[in-house]
Amino acid sequence: MSSGIDSVLMGIILMNLWLVATSRISACIKIVAFQGILVAFLPFVAHASSVTVETSLFVLATVALKGFIFPWLLFRALREANVRREVEPFIGYPVSMVFCVFIFLISMWLGARLPMPRPVFSALVVPVSFATILIGFFIIISRTKALTQVLGYLVIENGIYVFGMALLVEQPVLVELAILLDVFVAVFVMGIAIFHISREFDHIDTHHLSQLRDWTAPKEEVRP
Amino acid sequence: MFLILAALALLLLSGLGALGLSAFSRKAACLAVAGIVLACLLGAVPVLRFFLNGQEVSFSLALHIPYAAFSVALDGLTAFFLLPILVLSALAAIYGLEYMESWVDKKSVGVSWFFFNLLIASMIVVVIARNAVLFLLAWEVMSVASYFLVTFEDERKEVQKAGMIYLAAMQMGTAFLLALFISLGQTSGSMNFDHFRDVSGHLASVIFVLAVIGFGVKAGFVPFHVWLPEAHPAAPSHVSALMSGVMIKMGIYGLMRILIFLGPPPVWWGGLLIAIGIVSGILGILFALAQQDLKRLLAYSSVENIGIIALGLGVGLLGMSAGIPIIAVLGWTGALWHVLNHACFKGLLFLGAGAVVHETGTREIDRLGGLLKKMPWTGGCFLTAAAAICGLPPLNGFIGEFLIYFAAFNGVAQESRVFLFSLGVMASLAMIGVLAVACFTKVFGTVFLGEPRTEYGLKAQEIKGLMLAPLLILAAGCAAIGVLSPLLVPIFSRVLPEVTGLSADIVQENLRRATGPMVFISASGAGIVLLGGMIAFFRRNLLKGRKVERSLTWDCGYAAPSPRMQYTASSFAQPLTGFFGALIRTRRQIVRPQGIFPKEASLATRTPDIFEQRFYRPVFERIYHAVLKLRFFQHGRLQFYILYILIALLALLIWKLK
Repeated sequence: MSSGIDSVLMGIILMNLWLVATSRISACIKIVAFQGILVAFLPFVAHASSVTVETSLFVLATVALKGFIFPWLLFRALREANVRREVEPFIGYPVSMVFCVFIFLISMWLGARLPMPRPVFSALVVPVSFATILIGFFIIISRTKALTQVLGYLVIENGIYVFGMALLVEQPVLVELAILLDVFVAVFVMGIAIFHISREFDHIDTHHLSQLRDWTAPKEEVRP
Repeated sequence: MFLILAALALLLLSGLGALGLSAFSRKAACLAVAGIVLACLLGAVPVLRFFLNGQEVSFSLALHIPYAAFSVALDGLTAFFLLPILVLSALAAIYGLEYMESWVDKKSVGVSWFFFNLLIASMIVVVIARNAVLFLLAWEVMSVASYFLVTFEDERKEVQKAGMIYLAAMQMGTAFLLALFISLGQTSGSMNFDHFRDVSGHLASVIFVLAVIGFGVKAGFVPFHVWLPEAHPAAPSHVSALMSGVMIKMGIYGLMRILIFLGPPPVWWGGLLIAIGIVSGILGILFALAQQDLKRLLAYSSVENIGIIALGLGVGLLGMSAGIPIIAVLGWTGALWHVLNHACFKGLLFLGAGAVVHETGTREIDRLGGLLKKMPWTGGCFLTAAAAICGLPPLNGFIGEFLIYFAAFNGVAQESRVFLFSLGVMASLAMIGVLAVACFTKVFGTVFLGEPRTEYGLKAQEIKGLMLAPLLILAAGCAAIGVLSPLLVPIFSRVLPEVTGLSADIVQENLRRATGPMVFISASGAGIVLLGGMIAFFRRNLLKGRKVERSLTWDCGYAAPSPRMQYTASSFAQPLTGFFGALIRTRRQIVRPQGIFPKEASLATRTPDIFEQRFYRPVFERIYHAVLKLRFFQHGRLQFYILYILIALLALLIWKLK
């Protein structure tokens, strides 16, 4: 039983690594979708003995959203924004991999230290969820395109979902539903925003957004 | 209490209505003003009821905000401060209706009225609040609402600057108040005022100093006064009248309220307030004397009057710490009386100045002149207020200052420290009085007498109906408070037992000792009025049947009189500003006439605030340049911002779990 959970968790981690090493945006979207589906099935694997109708419905909804609707929205945005299909990272792929391994090590350390309210079904759950959240952040920070930011956001959400599994054994459904709704709205809005950004600026490169800041460096300080 | 709460609700509702109607400026203004007047009438009922039969009321409602409760009450101090709030708010609102007319088509007047209503409501809540969180909330709403009122003409650069200075000053003051209430709350274990009683020892001194700074910023004690000369000229005149007449008194109210919580005061508290009073009073009136902008001058004069109030408070505290009831009672009475007076005559002066600005379009004193002929009613009211603010009997200003003098005279007979402070109070009050006479002679003489100096005053007309009525009412108030002063003494016997901690009998007995001279003053005041009436009557009789004709003001021997021959305000004030040059540092730019037939010559003087120039500006510039280096972190890159958050999160996690 435990080995089943552990293999799913390892799968999630491997997908994180795969994601940071992938250069094509469309492939990235697919990886995140697949990770979402994998994560969604965690309740089945973790609490195989107590599967209820509610849990099944919830898993189904999650799979539908993360596995199909989000990718569809993102692909649409990608098509309409009509940008180069490359990720264009700030940090190169090999270095990103090293970073991610490093993040995983930190997460292992943190996970061993973090006091939990009740015993967790697998020792890997907390480290994996931490690593996924942090790698999501890492993707947001190290990639330039607005679309990859959304992907990072989704990865963070997957991490939170795993953490929620560990923490809320009985009633993860309610909390997760709320988060899922948030994420859905966020992805929806970001999809529209990306479309509008690309229409206005001819690109979805976020580091050009710094032109919008309200403060410009003073050329020469005028002393009164 | 119900009526006051109803008044609050009415203020907020009519304010919101004005906001909603902001597309129809005229209707919005009428709605807001109607709401204000009605609310002030409603609110006045419990206040009057309190003064007639001493009926204290309170009301409490739990709130979901931690430590907060909507607990409000009406006691002596609250009722006393509600008096000027309600009266002046209603009058300023009526005046503002006409005053804002010229902006109706250009700006969204409804928004401004919304903030005006909000300001009045927040001031009422400040004085009735009995919970620290509620008090601070109302205090902040008061600051923010008045900020938006000050920046009404926000398209002008100097208004933006004034707004920023005002907001920064208010926020800094609130920071001190926050520290003050937190330390009070920690010692008593509750944020309700009724648990705050009797803090003593070092903590009391710390709290007192925090209160003097925090409330002093609002009140305008020197050196925290820098926002006044910026904000008052920038604001519309009915707003400056309300701000100067009532809002800065909220600082005095707060200080008095905190003093109730603190135990018996050490001598140096009174000494500190007296020192602040002397510095504020003298520097305030000196800077007022040197100003050329009418409303800026009035703002500095507010600093001076706050100084007089601080003197009264200081004398009162001195009497409390020395255990001499008469000094305590008369000092506090003087301070409170001056609060009432200042609301009356400074409100009137700002409204009068507003009328002048409204009709002529300039605030520069040296460009005006001869307005008394064109605006006799405004001029008369302005003259009344000017005489009152100088402390001339029989008007109200005299009574307040007389009480402080009287307290100080009682202090002279005492032991050395009280003696010394009392002497200082008397000397500085005398000096402030003299300088105030010079200052307001300059204003009235230049603006209303003589001939128009430039084309600005040529088209001026007397203000009409609703705009003039508040001026007349306030002028009548100045005279009435002065002449009928013995009748008002019972008000103070209701307020003082609470703030001084003395029993009602002692308070009444000591007040009675001042009532005798006050009866004499009002009798002679009435005599002066009577004499004036008789002289006027004789004049009319004598002139009956004779031909009266008007002629030029300057027509005695000059071949070609020109308005430019008149004294300017600056030249009138020059002997005094020159004498005190070391203190106020007036800057001059002179182009001297040269040669036998000089072509051009000019003289310009300017008196910037020394505290702003020598202290605040350098300090803030240092801070600005130090902080500029931190701009390195704010580069507009979203990715890095998220990185900061991530690093902070990770650091916290690792720090907690290590």
